[in-house]
Amino acid sequence: MEVLIQNIINALQWGSFYALIALGYTLVYGVLLLINFAHGDIFMVGAYIAFFLVIFMLGNIGLDPGITLALAVPLTMILTSGVGVTLERIAYRPLRRKGAHRLYVVITALMCGLILENGNLALLGASRKRFPELLETTVYRFGDVSVTNLKIIVILAAILVFFFLQFVVTRTKIGMAMRGISYDKFAIPLMGIPVDTVIVFTFILGSGFAGLAGLLFAMSYPVLEPYMGALIGWKAFIAAVVGGIGDIRGAFVGGFLLGFIEIGVVAIFPSTMRDLFAFSILLLILWAKPTGLFGLARHQKI
Amino acid sequence: METGNKLQRNAFALAVISGCVLIILLAQFKVINLYIQSVIMFMGINIMISTSLNLVNGNMGEFSCGHAAFLCVGAYVSSITSVLIMAPNDITGAPFLPPELAVLVFPISVFVGGVVAALAGILVALPSFKTRGDYLAIITIAVNYMVISGIENLSVVGGPRGFMGMKKVVKSMYELADIPWMMIFVALGTIFCVLIIRRYVSSTYGKGVNAICQDEIAAEIMSVNTNKVKLVTFMLSSGLCGMAGGLFAHVVGYVNPQSFNILKSTEAMVMVYLGGMGSLSGAVISAVFFTFLLELLRPLQILKWVIIPFTLVLLMQFRPEGIMGNKELTDVFPKLRKYCRFK
Repeated sequence: MEVLIQNIINALQWGSFYALIALGYTLVYGVLLLINFAHGDIFMVGAYIAFFLVIFMLGNIGLDPGITLALAVPLTMILTSGVGVTLERIAYRPLRRKGAHRLYVVITALMCGLILENGNLALLGASRKRFPELLETTVYRFGDVSVTNLKIIVILAAILVFFFLQFVVTRTKIGMAMRGISYDKFAIPLMGIPVDTVIVFTFILGSGFAGLAGLLFAMSYPVLEPYMGALIGWKAFIAAVVGGIGDIRGAFVGGFLLGFIEIGVVAIFPSTMRDLFAFSILLLILWAKPTGLFGLARHQKI
Repeated sequence: METGNKLQRNAFALAVISGCVLIILLAQFKVINLYIQSVIMFMGINIMISTSLNLVNGNMGEFSCGHAAFLCVGAYVSSITSVLIMAPNDITGAPFLPPELAVLVFPISVFVGGVVAALAGILVALPSFKTRGDYLAIITIAVNYMVISGIENLSVVGGPRGFMGMKKVVKSMYELADIPWMMIFVALGTIFCVLIIRRYVSSTYGKGVNAICQDEIAAEIMSVNTNKVKLVTFMLSSGLCGMAGGLFAHVVGYVNPQSFNILKSTEAMVMVYLGGMGSLSGAVISAVFFTFLLELLRPLQILKWVIIPFTLVLLMQFRPEGIMGNKELTDVFPKLRKYCRFK
C-alpha cells in the first residue's frame, strides 16, 4: 500500500512536467493548428536560462537562495517566453504571412528545435551543468510514504497552471479570440481581432510555462544537458495528442496519464521497458480513439 | 519501332547503369579511395531512404515522422539472418553454410529484412485507416520509439550495446572474389528501389496514392480502395526502407538501436522536403546533395547540425516547395522525355 501511494506521488510529479509542457503544445496547436516541435527545446532553453540566472544571482550578486528562487521564477518565465516569441516572429510569422502550407511550418519548427539543441551544444560544450540547490529539502513522512516539499510544489504548480489556462481560454476575452482563430482564421480579422497579438500572447503563455517547467525540472533533477528537451518534448507532445490536442483538459490529463503509465511500468517491469510499454499503451489508446480522449473529430467537408 | 529510337528512349537508363558500372570499376581499380567509396554507398542508401519516405510523405500526403523505425527493423533482421547463417556466433555456434555462399545469402538476408520491415509497416498502416495528419504523425513517432525500445530490451541481439558480426559475412564475400561487392549490392538496391517506386506511382493502381493525397473522400467515391492502397503503400515504403537498413548495417558492420532514433527520422524527412514533396527525382537529388553536404561539413563537427537546420529554415522561407517542387526532372527539362522509357 505504501509502495502504491509512493508511486502515485512520483507519477504525479513526473506527470506534472509532461502536463506543463503538453499545455504549451496544445495552446499553440489550438490556435494555429501548428505542431510547435521546437517546444521541447524551449523547455530546455528555459532550464538553461534558469541555471544562468540562478548562478548569476547566487554567485555574482550573492542573494539569499530563497530570494533567488522568488526572482528566478518570474524572470525565467519572461525570458523563456521571449525566446518563444522570437521564434514565432523570425520563423513562423513570415511563413504564415505567405500562406505557406502547414507542413512547411512544421518542418521549420522541427529545424528550429535542432538549431536550439545543437547551438546550445556548440556554444556551451558537452559538459553537463549542475543546477545549484535553491530549496532546502524538507521530507514529510506519513508512515512509510515520504514526500519532499519540491514534489508538492511541482504538482501544485501544474494544477495551478492548468486552472489558470483553463480560465484564460474559456472565460476571458483573449481566450475567446484564441478559440475563434482556431475556428476560422479568415473570418476573425474581419471581426476586428488583432490576430498577430493573440498569437504572440499564445506563444508567451506556452513558452512561459515551458520555462517554469524547465526551472522546476532543473530543481528536481539537477543535471542539465542540451538534449534533455528533445525526448521529454516528444513524449509531452504524444501526451497532448492522447489527451486530444487543442484541448487544455486533454493536455493535462494526457500528461498525467503518461506519467502514471511510465512510473507504473517502472514499478513492475525493469526500467528499460518503460518506453516500450508506455508507447504501446498510447498506440492502443489512439487506435481505439483516434482523436484522443478529449478531442473532437473534425469532419471533413466534401 | 526503329532501333535508333529504342536506343534513344533507353538512353537515360543506360546512362544510369553505365554510371554505376563506372563507379564500381573505379572502386575496383582503387582509383577512388575507401572513404569516397563509403560516401558513395551512403548516397545510395540515403536515396533508398528518401525515395521510400517520399512515397508516403510526398505522394500519399501522410506525415510519417518515424521512418527510422523501419530502417532499424530491416537493419537488425537482415544482419541477424546473415550472421546466424554465415558467421560463427554466440547463439547458434558454427555457421550453417560454407563462406563461399555468402554472396547468395547476403542479398537474401537483405530481402528478408525488407519483408519483415514491410510487416512492421502494418503497425502504422492499420491506424492510418481511421486517422491521418497529426494523429498519424504521433503514431509513427510512437512506433519509432517502440521499435528502438523493444530492441534495447532484447539482450539476445546485444540490447543497447548493439549487434555486430556482419563484417565477417562481408569479408567472406571479398575472399571469394576481390571485387567491390558492397558497392555492387548498394547500386543494385538503389536502382531496384527507385525503379519499383517509379513503376508503382505511375501505374494505374498507384494513381490511387496521389488521389488519396489530393482528397481522400473524393478518391473513395472514385472507387479507390483507400484502405488497401494505404496498406500497400505503407508496406512498400517500409519494406524498401528495411532493405536500405540491411545494406546500411552491412556497410557499417555494426548496428545499435540509438543510431535509428528520431534524429535519423528527421534526417530522412529533411531529405524528402529538401527534394520536394512527391518528386522522385527530387528525392534522389536531395539525398545525394544532403549526403554530400554532411560530408562536406564534417570538419565543423557539431556546428554542422546548426548550419543544416538553418539552411532548411531559409529554404522553407524562400522556396518552401524544395529543390524540385512537385515536379519531376522530365517536367523541368521536357527534352529529357525523349531519353527515358516511361513518361
